[in-house]
This record gives sequence, C-alpha cells and structure tokens, in this order.
Amino acid sequence: MDLHFLDAVPEDAEREAVDAVLGPPDSGWDGGTRHASDLRFAEGGHVARGRRDLLLPALHAVNDRVGWISRAALDYICRRLTIPPAEAYGVATFYAMFALERRPRRVVHVCTDIACAAKDSASLCAQMRERAGGPGGDDGEFTWHESPCLGLCERAPAAVSLQAGDPPRYSVAAPARAGEIIPEPGEVPAGDTPAAPAADGHGAPGDSHGPPLGGGRPQRRTTFSPDTLPGPAPEPPPHAAVPQAGDPDLVLLRRIGVVDPTSLDDYRANGGYAALREAMRLGPSGVIREVADSGLVGRGGAAFPTGRKWDATAKRPETPRYVICNADESEPGTFKDRVLMEGDPFAVVEALTIAGYANNAAVGYIYIRGEYPRALWLLENAVELARERNLLGTDILGSGFDFDIEIRRGAGAYICGEETAIFNSIEGLRGEPRSKPPFPVERGVFGKPTAINNVETLVNVLPIVLHGGPAYASVGTGRSTGPKLFCVSGAVERPGVYEVPFGADLRALMEMCGGAGTGPDGAQRLPRAVLLGGAAGGFVRGDELDIPLTLEGARDAGATLGSGVILVLDDDVDLTAILVRIAAFFRDESCGQCVPCRVGTVRQEEALVRLSRETGARDTDLALLREVGDAMRDASICGLGQTAWNAVESAIDRLGAFGPQEESTR
Amino acid sequence: MSTPVAIGTPRRLVEATVDGRQVRVPEGSTILDACESVGTDVPTLCYGDTLTPRNACRVCVVEVEGARTLVPACSRRIEDSMSVATDSERVRHSRKMVLELLGSSVDLSTTPGIAEWNERYDARPERFGPRAEPATMGERDARRAGEHTVGDGTTAETVEQPVKDDNDLYVRDYGKCIMCYKCVDACGEQWQNTFAIGIAGRGFDAGVSTEHDLALPDSACVYCGNCIEVCPTGALMFRSEYEMRQEGTWDEEKQSQTTTVCTYCGVGCNVTLHVQENEIVKVTSPHDNPVTHGNLCIKGRFGYQHVQQRRRD
Repeated sequence: MDLHFLDAVPEDAEREAVDAVLGPPDSGWDGGTRHASDLRFAEGGHVARGRRDLLLPALHAVNDRVGWISRAALDYICRRLTIPPAEAYGVATFYAMFALERRPRRVVHVCTDIACAAKDSASLCAQMRERAGGPGGDDGEFTWHESPCLGLCERAPAAVSLQAGDPPRYSVAAPARAGEIIPEPGEVPAGDTPAAPAADGHGAPGDSHGPPLGGGRPQRRTTFSPDTLPGPAPEPPPHAAVPQAGDPDLVLLRRIGVVDPTSLDDYRANGGYAALREAMRLGPSGVIREVADSGLVGRGGAAFPTGRKWDATAKRPETPRYVICNADESEPGTFKDRVLMEGDPFAVVEALTIAGYANNAAVGYIYIRGEYPRALWLLENAVELARERNLLGTDILGSGFDFDIEIRRGAGAYICGEETAIFNSIEGLRGEPRSKPPFPVERGVFGKPTAINNVETLVNVLPIVLHGGPAYASVGTGRSTGPKLFCVSGAVERPGVYEVPFGADLRALMEMCGGAGTGPDGAQRLPRAVLLGGAAGGFVRGDELDIPLTLEGARDAGATLGSGVILVLDDDVDLTAILVRIAAFFRDESCGQCVPCRVGTVRQEEALVRLSRETGARDTDLALLREVGDAMRDASICGLGQTAWNAVESAIDRLGAFGPQEESTR
Repeated sequence: MSTPVAIGTPRRLVEATVDGRQVRVPEGSTILDACESVGTDVPTLCYGDTLTPRNACRVCVVEVEGARTLVPACSRRIEDSMSVATDSERVRHSRKMVLELLGSSVDLSTTPGIAEWNERYDARPERFGPRAEPATMGERDARRAGEHTVGDGTTAETVEQPVKDDNDLYVRDYGKCIMCYKCVDACGEQWQNTFAIGIAGRGFDAGVSTEHDLALPDSACVYCGNCIEVCPTGALMFRSEYEMRQEGTWDEEKQSQTTTVCTYCGVGCNVTLHVQENEIVKVTSPHDNPVTHGNLCIKGRFGYQHVQQRRRD
C-alpha cells in the first residue's frame, strides 16, 4: 500500500501521546527517525495494519493530551499504523468529542437532552451564552458545547468538563451552575503541566506510569487523573444515585454503597469472585445452561435471550471468539450502567470474565462511552487490580483458562451502542452499523463469533451462576424473569436507579420514588407524561400508571421498556420543545449511512419545528411525519433509524401533543 | 486454439417466490439476482455491479415474509422457500419516501432513471417545502459531528454546495452526492487501493472527502477516474462533460460509443470512447471485462487528448 502522507511534523507532546499507546516506532518505516540502515530492509505494513484497532485509542491519546487532533498528529498516527489519512480523517470526524481544529484545553459539555431539558438546562445554557459566548466559542481558556444525554439524569441539569493534559482531568457538575463550570481566568494551563499528586497516591508521577502492560506498551494505570478539576462541588458517591442502597434484598445493586469500588479485597469480602469459581466448577456449557434456564434476556433494549446468544456463539467453530460488554450507554435518560460501573466495577469485570469463560473467548472488550470519566477510571482500576491478582491473564485461578479484558472508550457517538457499530468502532473504522445477517454470533468483531451484552445483562449473570438458573427464573413473570433496573428521572421526588423484580407496575415504581410531588392543594400530582424506554421508546400518559413493567405488559400497552428509562414530565414542561429536542438528537446521532434515517431525521425535525411554532399546515405536517416515520421504521439499516420516530409517534397519538387528530390520517 | 473454461464450483439451486412466482437461482444469489432472473424490475441507486453492496440507499427494499423490517434486495441472500414481495404497499411506500427524501435533499438532475421512478412511485420531493439555500464552499465540510443549528422549518435542508473544481480532469459536485459509498469503495480496497477519499463527518453532514478536505492535487488521488465510473448521479464528472453541460452542448443523443483497446501499455484494458461530433467527450470501460471490471488508470481514462489534437506546424 503506497500511502500518501502530509509533510507535517508533529509536536513532541503529540508524538509522545501516540507513542504511549503504540510504543516507540521501530524504524523510519513506521514514523520514526529515518536511518541509513532503514534503507536496507522494508518492513511490511502488515504488522502495523493489523493494529488498526488502536486507531481510536491513539486519537484519544492526542485529544486527551493536547485537546485537539492536528493535521500533523493525525498524519503521525497514520504513519504508525499504516492507515490512509483519508480514512483516519473519516474516523476522527465521526466522533463528536474529537476536534480537528485548534481549541482550548478545557471543553465543557452541557447536557441539553430530555432529562436535563426537563430540569431547565435552557437557562443554564442561557447563562453560559451570556458569560462565555455561544457554544463552540473560544475565549482561550475553554469552550463549551451543548451535549446529548450525559447519563447524569438523576442530578439534572448536568455538565461534564474535560481538560486535556498529562494526565487529562475531568469534573462532573450535577446539578450544574454556570458559575462553577466556567473556569477562573488563568485556571486552565496553557501548556503541559502534570497534575498535582492526588491524596490517594494514584496520581503521583512515579505511580502513574506503571510497568509496561499489554505487550510491552507503556501505559498509565488510568486515563484520567483522579484529581478532579476545581470548580463544582465534589461528585457524590455512586450510591447517592441508588435510593435503595443498603437494602439486603437487592440483587444487582446489592454491593453499591456497601463496597469500596476501588478495592478488590473489599469486593471479594462481599462475595466477589464466588460466581467465577462456581462458573469454573460448572464448566462452560454448564454456565450457558444456567443462563438459558434463567430466562435472562438482554437489558440493553432489544431483550434477546442471553442464553441463546451465548449458546450460538460458543458453538461456532471459528476462533478466536470475543465477548464484549456494551457500556456505551447513551440512550437519553439511561444511567443504570454508569451506576453499576461506578458502584460495583469489579462485578462488571467478573461477569465479563464469566462470559468469556462460557464462550471460550480469548479477549473481552468493555466499550464504555466517552462521557463517563469516573466509570472509566474505576473500571480501568478494577481491570488492573484483577490482572495483578491473576483474575485476568493466563491460567485464571489455576483453571487453565486464559482471558484478558481491554477497555475501549467511545468518543461521543450514540450509534456506537448499536452492537455492530461497536465492532466497527473497536476495529478502528467509522462507527457505522453493519447490515445483518450475518449476526454477531457468526461474524462479530474482527469477523469472529462475538457475544455482546449490555452491562446490566452481564451483572445478572453473577446471581444466575451463584444460585442457579431456575431460582433466578422464579422471580418475575412469564418471559420477564429476574430483577430489572429502572432509571427514574424528571419530575419525581427521589430520582435514581431502582431495582424491582419484573412484574411491578408503573404506579408501584412511582410510589417508590416518591411520585411526582404534591400540587399547591397538597394532593398528589399526576405526571403529565412518562417517557418509557428513552428517546427510542415512547410516551405514556400520566393516567396510564397501571402498565406492568414487564416486557409483555409494556408491549401489550403499546409501549416498550427499552433500556429501563422512566422519565417523568410534569405540566411545567414544554412538550413540543422536548419533541423537537428528541428529533434533533436523532438527527445529530444518525451515522448517515442510509437514506431513510439520514434524511428522514432531518425532515422529521423540520416538520416538528413547524408544528411546534404553528407555522405550517398542521394536518399536512402530521401526515408527513407519519409517512417519514413509517419509512424510517421499515427501511433503515439499524435500530436507530427504526426507532427514531417512536417517541414522536407516541406523543402525537397518545398524548395528543399537537391536538386531536382526524381518524382519516391513519 | 482451445482455452480452458472455468466452470466454478457447482452450486445448489435455491427455490423461492418473488411476487408469487417461483424462482430457482443458485445458492448465494441475492434477492436482486432472483428478481432479475424473472424479469422483475427493482430500482437501485447505490448498488454497483462491480462492488460489494453497501445497501445504503434503501431504494431496492423488498418485503420478505416473516421479516420485521424491509430488506435490501441488493445484498440479502435469497434463502429456500423465502417469499419476496417487490410491490407491496410497504415496499412502495418506503421506495417512494427514499426517492422523496433524496430528491428533496440532493440535486438528482443528472441521475438516470429518477424521473421514471418518481412517476412509478408517485414521489413528490417538493412537498417537503422550498429548498434551503445551498451552503457556501467549505461550510458543510467544517461542520462537527453531533452538532447542528435547528432551523425554522420553512425550508427543506439540502446537501447542495458549490462544485469542487480543483484539477484539470474532473469535477466533484457533492450537491449531487447521494452517499452511495461507491467512489470510496472503488478508490479503496475494492479496486484502486489508493484511498484518496473517505466518508467524513456524520449524519446529514457526512460527505465524501479527502483528509482535511484537501484539494485533489494535494491528496493521494491518482486520477484513475474509477470513482467517476461508478458514480450513479453525476456528482463526479469528466471536466469535458461538465463544461459541455454548462455550455448546453452536452447531447447524449448525438453520441456514439466505441469500445476499443487502450494503447498505452500491454495490459489491454478495454476503453469505451464516447464521441460527440467527432470529439471524445468521456471514457468509460465495460464492467463485464473479466480483467479490469470497468477500472482504468489515468492514461486510459484521461489520456485521449492526443487523438484529437493535431500538431499545428
């Protein structure tokens, strides 16, 4: 491959950042200094090209260190990995968190998505505009953007600040105030300044560059400094998002608030790694049998039976096989996986190890969204500690089973939560979904059989293995077995992650979270609407609280549980503005591959803007929305386009968002 | 002289129905192949006969009994006892919407077949409202993933922008681009292995681009023109054709096509010369050529000027 590079020389910091991921270059052939001896041999690019999957980590490394990806830096990455620059540019521009133009080191992401919009993110943005100019502006110190859901819905409105450096630092402000997320003049360093050592020693310079890991590549132990940026109040501990924390009847959330999420010893003292031992006693097929018997179905939204997925993957003749933990939780209103990863990170690592064992996989990936710096930090720490204790690596627990976990960080793309888009993202391609068939169990990441599961799904495997599939299946109703997490946010007294056995109805859950508060007359208020299942789900009316929160119950009611979002809207909320926001979300997050979704989401937004401003012909626009929506649902490649009209449709039909409709429109 | 004939591995026949008619096609055939075998016309835009289907445009969708969503005929393999409907109400609706969504956002004036399909599916792209003003040069390329300004809904946004005219051989009019990915595949690993272009950006703002939107002469482009060969909409166009269209002299009725052998080297690629009024106006290559599959190099594609330039002395 005769690649054409630019003659741009990377800065030292850029080169260092890339080399920290890829190791130093061997010769002039892969981007190092050219010596006379290089001319005596030609190293094939095959070895470098085989590491294409390191493109995303390398882009992150530069973006984390310098704050943006210059032409020279992209060029250097391309030389190192033998990637055509046009392709790497296509990958870098796919992700919202990468900048290809110079920008300040500090970037503040202000969430304006549904849950935050319902908590008046608009006035937060107005204050930001007033004090710091419009989004994307640059005052030299920082820049800010309006962001899709940051997964901090229980503390809306939220903002996450990321600051490039060595190491990069972050802060989470929720609820956020403009005053605390705008840095003081001079607060953001102009150049590379190592962060002050953190109190717990993790951030100390001597400590932070651990021994070379992963094939001799020097790596920091964690990506972000645990020493968060000054400004907002310290982030509350993960269990603050779990109102039931400490309840002994909990299954999935049992350890949250009970164990120290940074301590492997504490995890083991609280029953950690008992499930892996039990799994090894059962053997791979035994684990799959228990999971199949449990009736566990995927908790990411599609509700596919996990046992069937694993069985199909494990039976494939091709090797190596892979397991992936889908931690790209980006559905607006969803934050359960964040709470699991932050509160009980070792459980995620242990569960993925069991999945790897059951499917006889060699490598597991945790693909975590880029907007979760604390969860990333805790997972990196957990994987590292597990590796040190031989709970990952070769011959785990003396069983002869070899398995390791790599953490991959997304960079701001909702679509990468789609299972086949994750594969492309991990492989260093644009995160565009693939067409199915072939399904992941046949041809997944790197073209090999892959079992991909959501974080919550995997965590369910621990009690299944420990107590047996039938015991698990005895909880719940019909096809909906076991406990389920719900992400309650919006106009409720106690938002947070709730664990209930399948079978409770919406009213019961509303009671658990204190309901929608009381009105001026002291009576319990009924919510105006509840969004079930996130932006890809649908609205139900506030008087439909009898809907059972089971897969069948929701389906019979014409709704979906999706990823477990329960976003409560009261009368103060401008529903049409929320609908325009949902349409804008899908337009922003469409990968752009297929016509129905790429253009359909634009036309949907335009029609909703007209409807909300009452500037068009109402009936024509409603009919237009329906026609576009039907085509998106029927003809899009992936679930994003297929569901992009769900919430809008339900708001029109169920909530009467734009007034009553004539029967003839259908 | 006897030449060996490759017969390939014998393939099992698959039996299925297309619109109620029995079809028997070799295993591994696509639904599109099966439709063609019984003479059922399926519109295609992003499908390329020499490329791996991307099934991005979704105009070829058909209804397969039992499937939740429609499936792309160009890439889905036909299976035993599959029942395919190519003209059901669902199919007609989605095809109509795809044509309308494309027609309202892209300049399809040089896309063959569009007028006929619009009529067949009763597609009226203009019903999304008046078209928005085209973007200025570079504006679309500079947009960031995941960000856009919500408009007022009075106009239908389009991908239209000025023509990229940065070299002597061909022009890129991305206002006509339907994002079929064919040029990227032809430039990349499927044929040319030059990788001068890729898909950049995301969503509605995604587009075909060189790295950092460099001009073609600064990019890896080798001017093989294989991207022009596969472009279904005229977004990529010979400069000669582009200029003649501008002048209003382009007239396909007056053109003749002559397939001959390129004289530059010993490979023997076939070139099809399109001649209007005794002048070569563009060069294509037969896709069924077993060696080159429609691909040429810069010499075969663009090196024809010597034929029509006489020495003046």
